Amino acid sequence: METFNFLDKIIGESILSAVLSALLPLIFLIVYALIAILGELKISAWIQERLGPMRTGPYGILQPIAEVVKLLQKEDIVPTNANRLLFNLAPFVMFTGAFAGFAVIPFSPAFAPAHINLGLYYIFAVGAFAVIGIVMGGWASNNKYSLLGAMRSASQMISYEIPGALVVLTAAVLANSLDLQEISLAQSGPFWNWFLFGGPGPWTKIWVIPFTLLLSLIFMITSLAETNRTPFDIPEGESELVGGYHTEYSGMKFAMFFFAEYANMFIVASVLTIVFLGGWNSPFGEFMSGYFWGVFWFTSKAMFIVFLQIWLRWTLPRVRVDQLMFLGWKVLLPFALVCFIVLSLYRILY
Amino acid sequence: MTTRKFIDIDFSRIESDRMRLNVGPQHPSTHGVLRLEVELDGEVVTDVIPHIGYLHRCFEKIAENVTYPQVIPYVDRMDYVSSMNNELPYVMAVEKLMGIKVPDKVEYIRVIMSELNRIANHQIAIATFGLDAGAFTPFLYLFRDREYILWIFEKASGARLLFNYFWIGGLANDVYPTFKEDVLNIVKQVRKTNQEIERLLIYNKIFIDRTANVGILPADVAINYACSGPVLRGSGVQFDLRKNEPYSIYDRFDFEIPVGKGEVGTVGDSWDRNIVRMREIEQSCRIIEQAVEQMPNEGDVQQAIPKKVRPPKGEIYFRCENPKGELGFYIISDGKDKPYRVKARAPSFVNLSVLPEISRGYLFADLIVILGSIDIVLGEVDR
Amino acid sequence: MIDYFKSVWAWFHTILIGMKITFTHLFSKKVTIQYPNERYPIPHNAKNRLQLYPDLCNGCMQCARVCPVQCIDVETIRVVPTDPDKPVMGDGTQRKLWVSVYDIDFAKCCFCGLCTTVCPTEAIKHTTDFEYSSYTREGLIYHFSAMSSEQVEQKKKLFEEWSAKEKAAKAGKVAEPSSVEKGEN
Ligand code: SF4
Ligand code: SF4
Repeated sequence: METFNFLDKIIGESILSAVLSALLPLIFLIVYALIAILGELKISAWIQERLGPMRTGPYGILQPIAEVVKLLQKEDIVPTNANRLLFNLAPFVMFTGAFAGFAVIPFSPAFAPAHINLGLYYIFAVGAFAVIGIVMGGWASNNKYSLLGAMRSASQMISYEIPGALVVLTAAVLANSLDLQEISLAQSGPFWNWFLFGGPGPWTKIWVIPFTLLLSLIFMITSLAETNRTPFDIPEGESELVGGYHTEYSGMKFAMFFFAEYANMFIVASVLTIVFLGGWNSPFGEFMSGYFWGVFWFTSKAMFIVFLQIWLRWTLPRVRVDQLMFLGWKVLLPFALVCFIVLSLYRILY
Repeated sequence: MTTRKFIDIDFSRIESDRMRLNVGPQHPSTHGVLRLEVELDGEVVTDVIPHIGYLHRCFEKIAENVTYPQVIPYVDRMDYVSSMNNELPYVMAVEKLMGIKVPDKVEYIRVIMSELNRIANHQIAIATFGLDAGAFTPFLYLFRDREYILWIFEKASGARLLFNYFWIGGLANDVYPTFKEDVLNIVKQVRKTNQEIERLLIYNKIFIDRTANVGILPADVAINYACSGPVLRGSGVQFDLRKNEPYSIYDRFDFEIPVGKGEVGTVGDSWDRNIVRMREIEQSCRIIEQAVEQMPNEGDVQQAIPKKVRPPKGEIYFRCENPKGELGFYIISDGKDKPYRVKARAPSFVNLSVLPEISRGYLFADLIVILGSIDIVLGEVDR
Repeated sequence: MIDYFKSVWAWFHTILIGMKITFTHLFSKKVTIQYPNERYPIPHNAKNRLQLYPDLCNGCMQCARVCPVQCIDVETIRVVPTDPDKPVMGDGTQRKLWVSVYDIDFAKCCFCGLCTTVCPTEAIKHTTDFEYSSYTREGLIYHFSAMSSEQVEQKKKLFEEWSAKEKAAKAGKVAEPSSVEKGEN
């Protein structure tokens, strides 16, 4: 399958197609966020033997819309001694960072908003925006809880970038490219060609499968840490820090943080999908594959990862700051390093 | 001295700025309106000063102005998650003062009810402890089971939380006909959930890492601070008033006193205090089963209720093993129908006093866990 | 080193156990219900809102006296022999006191049930109704007395006339107790 941007094909490479290319992910993001919020509400409820929201719409499916409307109506409070400029800017920085990541996500062989040959690198670069947003918000709130949350968040994200980057680097080595479309293409074919199972190759590749499985696990864990999800939600751990960095936020600005969190969840899920689950590739080789099916496979794989994140959130307790650092530096990093070396050797030798 | 400054640095003299953080009275994990003034060095707790009194309701003063039976509803409101256990020492103290002997059936119902309430209390304690560590789901599983227990209370006494069920000399009313079956079913359900919680939460490695070796309370410190209940037993001291000083009919039952053994950490850490509660639920189940078996069906639960509660001149201190520790009532009677003085020895209050001692030097997140492991109820701390 | 691998394995293993448990709960029967539409049954002896049956209440004020929070407010007027109504109670006996005011402040009531147990005529009872919240504090004060204000006025006047007559008759020998007895509050 060749890769292209279908908008460019239809209307030619113009400003219009670029704007449309940027708009499509935004629409997707909004729809996705509503679904994910509903999913979070419902899955958490079902796990806890509750019914969850049932009033708004049949089975409460309109609940996320109601939540957004509620947040829109809320008074926008800025604490008296807050740094107004930074305080107001922080949620937008965070959201921009999250949304910018969507620019390179290949939803289908026929559509990636922007075709950059450094896609992976780019995602990690804009992903670091979130830290700036959090630190800004936490510091500008003039609240000790927010400040503690922001500090925790900065240290957490920085230390988890490293094992995360190592994992992604391994994938780049396996695919021989940093371009997300190329990485997806490199895994075309049935599901045993995914990097989760060692990538395409003769059956002798079986011995690397444990390493790739381990790698994807490591990436799963680091992605949880980078999106501040349980068990790594210590920057906002509500039992200690009340709300962490967004303690002082209300109304739409809080909603921005909220949206950004969900957008980030999807971004890390899609990176995991692209890097290990074959991106838009159908698991059955040629069967059900195509430009349109690509979107389907991609979103459903990513949504499965999002489901995993939600599931984990409602299962596990929260780790502590020092344990988080221990896990990041002393467990994930060495394991990732070992896998990186082994897989690079495999790549050179075969 | 002529040493070069930047080489010869005494690190202990470097003072980083301490931050004073007010935790509460409106905070998700202070279990009520407790205010903790915390001094932090980075994230390390260097000092904790608990400020109490936000829920002070003058229990002791009110008790001097109402008649003996009217005190019972106020007693309920001290430790509102285990009201039955609060009523027990009060009514038994007055009964002892008046020399009333209650019928056997009343004793059995009282024991069953207090043990059920002990289970409910421990379930809340474990649930909120898990919540402090960040686990939300076990919280709701335990609350579901507690709800079933509350249904039994509601059916028997008419109220879910604040019962006014134990009266001086008897009970407000007899239990309903299917009481025994209901209780046995609950015991089964509680055991099932206990196993599940053990697998889901207690032996989860993250949870163990969060709570083991955190907030270690050595046995001597615990005794010096007069801690009681699971806080004391978590430190390995085998002291339970039901065994050591059997009141009511507790000498008729066969049960054990679980103590902290340092299974996954040090003796007396937060995990130990919690596991003591887990094991106590199991022991309470055993007591309930035996009590249901022995309980006589016939008997008038109100036959020993005095017409006028007017204890003779005198004073008494009577203590019982509350789920949170030793709850004692010191009552002085001057022969009137109103007590001259009622003093409550509240276990939560005493146990809370040990918090600064055991939380210095741990991280801020640990402080919350330690507070959760002490299991306080502010209604009882402030009274 | 072995400890390190053991603890890493324990992390992984116990997380999987937890995930398995929560996953089975995902499909288990839900215990919550759609509250206003469905309800769990409330036992008949539930101690919820109080209800007074005015024709049973003889105005003895025992309930007001026993209430630990003093939230019952009772005022009575004596029934004079000259009363044209010749009122009877629910059980057919002669009524001795008019209950002109019987207010319960449910904002104060702690639902202890003491008032229901002391009442000699079982005039006050707990109901199973617990949904009576109100936007104002006044909304929580329930006036149970069955008498209208005109009636109260009339009875008061009757009583005053009668007591004045009595006084005259007894030539001021016996001092009457205050004309209107007040509740404990
Ligand atoms: S239930 Fe208790 S508090 Fe309420 S009115 Fe009756 S005696 Fe007073
Ligand atoms: S309700 Fe009962 S106790 Fe109260 S005044 Fe009437 S008859 Fe007396």
